[in-house]
Amino acid sequence: MTESLRRGDGFAGRADAVYETLIRAHHSLSDEDSAALNARLVLILAHEVGDPEALAQAIALARRSLGPAGPDRAAP
Amino acid sequence: MTSRPRFASTPSPEAGDRRPVVVIGAGPVGLTCAIDLATRGVPVVVLDDDDTVATGSRAICWAKRTLEIWDRLGVGQRMVDKGVTWSVGRVFHGDQELYRFDLLPETGHRRPAFINLQQYYVEQYLIERAADFPDLIGLRWKHEVTGLTRTAEGVRLDVATPEGAYALDAEWVLAADGARSATRTRMGLPFPGQRFEERFLIADVRMKADFPTERLFWFEPTFHAGQSALLHRQPDDVFRIDFQLGPEADPDLERMPERVMPRVKAVVGDQTPVTLEWCSVYSFRCARLERFVHGRVVFVGDSAHVVSPFGARGGNGGIQDADNLCWKLALVLRGEAPESLIATYDEERGHAADENILNSSRTTNFMTPKTRAERYLRDGVLALAAEAPFARMLLNAGRLSRPCSLAGLSLQTPDPAPQRDGPRPGDVCVDAPVVDGSGRAGWLLDSLDGSFTLLVFAGAEAPDPGRFSGLPPGLRCVVVAERPLTLAGAEVLLDTEGVAGLRYVAESGVAYLIRPDAHVAARFTEVDGQQVAEALARACGRSGTSVQEAA
Repeated sequence: MTESLRRGDGFAGRADAVYETLIRAHHSLSDEDSAALNARLVLILAHEVGDPEALAQAIALARRSLGPAGPDRAAP
Repeated sequence: MTSRPRFASTPSPEAGDRRPVVVIGAGPVGLTCAIDLATRGVPVVVLDDDDTVATGSRAICWAKRTLEIWDRLGVGQRMVDKGVTWSVGRVFHGDQELYRFDLLPETGHRRPAFINLQQYYVEQYLIERAADFPDLIGLRWKHEVTGLTRTAEGVRLDVATPEGAYALDAEWVLAADGARSATRTRMGLPFPGQRFEERFLIADVRMKADFPTERLFWFEPTFHAGQSALLHRQPDDVFRIDFQLGPEADPDLERMPERVMPRVKAVVGDQTPVTLEWCSVYSFRCARLERFVHGRVVFVGDSAHVVSPFGARGGNGGIQDADNLCWKLALVLRGEAPESLIATYDEERGHAADENILNSSRTTNFMTPKTRAERYLRDGVLALAAEAPFARMLLNAGRLSRPCSLAGLSLQTPDPAPQRDGPRPGDVCVDAPVVDGSGRAGWLLDSLDGSFTLLVFAGAEAPDPGRFSGLPPGLRCVVVAERPLTLAGAEVLLDTEGVAGLRYVAESGVAYLIRPDAHVAARFTEVDGQQVAEALARACGRSGTSVQEAA
């Protein structure tokens, strides 16, 4: 169910730097502003991905990762 | 509005009255059905429980396709003459304009993207047009249907009038009795769908104001504490302002003029004299009947499906219902098509209703975020839209009514192989300027007169008359040519501007079989009598490939 998602190292060896960038993006933001920032990042990155199938698989993976405690695991 | 016309109630007819078609409801959709059927020689009785046109302005935005349908019925020009024409929408966030869109950015079409016209004018003009068919259309005011029985031969209606009750037998009944359809209730038909809790205030105000003739939509407007507002200009210096109030708003309180007028003043300013014409507080749902055809009872317009007002898909969807149904009904009544053809009305307009409901629901969901996560995403789109063009595509302030494509449905003959651009089977025909045989400038869509038409693009060469000899007898043939020519049995139009050829991607010899509702039934790389005959039979439901009987 992750056929459209990238395999291997999509970060080309710079994973630590990417993670740090994401952390820093939230620096000094309130929880409210962080949530708003994340939503905007999702919109921008969804457009960069473009392919609705890849997006659907990314969402499915993210929801699965919430674990058995996550409600309604199979959806959407 | 000024004064509404009152129509005299009709005396009860003699017993034993039997009619081919009875329409319940004299709203825009029912009246359009009656006129369409009359143009096809089918006698119609229209029953309405009231004796006047719509109260308040209700539907106001009439789309290009609707105007084209009314053109075919001889009433389009009157609507356009009175209506205000627009094609541009602007979307604001607060006091910042995010973007503008043009719904018809090219010339070479007879009709604009939209006109705004109060529903009471629309009904009045349709009623006056119906009067041109005194032998075929009977409008019966103050005739209320009180009972409906399905019989072996059709439907028996019990009708109450001020002068007494009577029974009316119909071969077919068209239920055009609106969103609260009594016919639907009477037949016990469920109307499943999604109800939206959000409340909206509509205020129609009369004022001299210099707002542009454009659709103006605000998210989080500076003049209104609610989530959104929408403004439309109508004729007679009337403006429709739609305020989103939130789910908690008290309808009885909010429709009081002393509550409404401050909201209006906040939009138009204190200096502008303004009078309140009409207001109401509404919420809405998106819902549809599972099937639109129940034996000999056919549901059209709001009785069959309802949507939110954002997108103007209610009234315009209903007019397309009428356009889709009436030619089929006329063919069936004349015995030229099997009754199963009516099932394709359900197939095609059910598909359209789903499309309208999908679009309308998505708009509503965008306008009314229901969770914090939805709000973050919605606000994110608004915040990004001014700078990032991609976000404007996500921004949903209404996806405005466009004609539904019927591609892939059972009456259409698919292209044998993937083909060039241009209208595909199922698409509605696009307009183009043409010149007729007598040198008069006109429009391609006006040459489609409501019958099946083979539209042939001749290019620069005169077509081989031999190709036309094998066509089905009686099929109308219109040839679009680049230079004058004559062809026996065909009407010739000149594509002097080359626009028609461009829009139909017409290499020499290309032909389109056009349905009576101006949708493409099939297209051909060259005229071939056998292929055209097969496509015509299929489009009339006379081949074995039609959908199953819906009832």
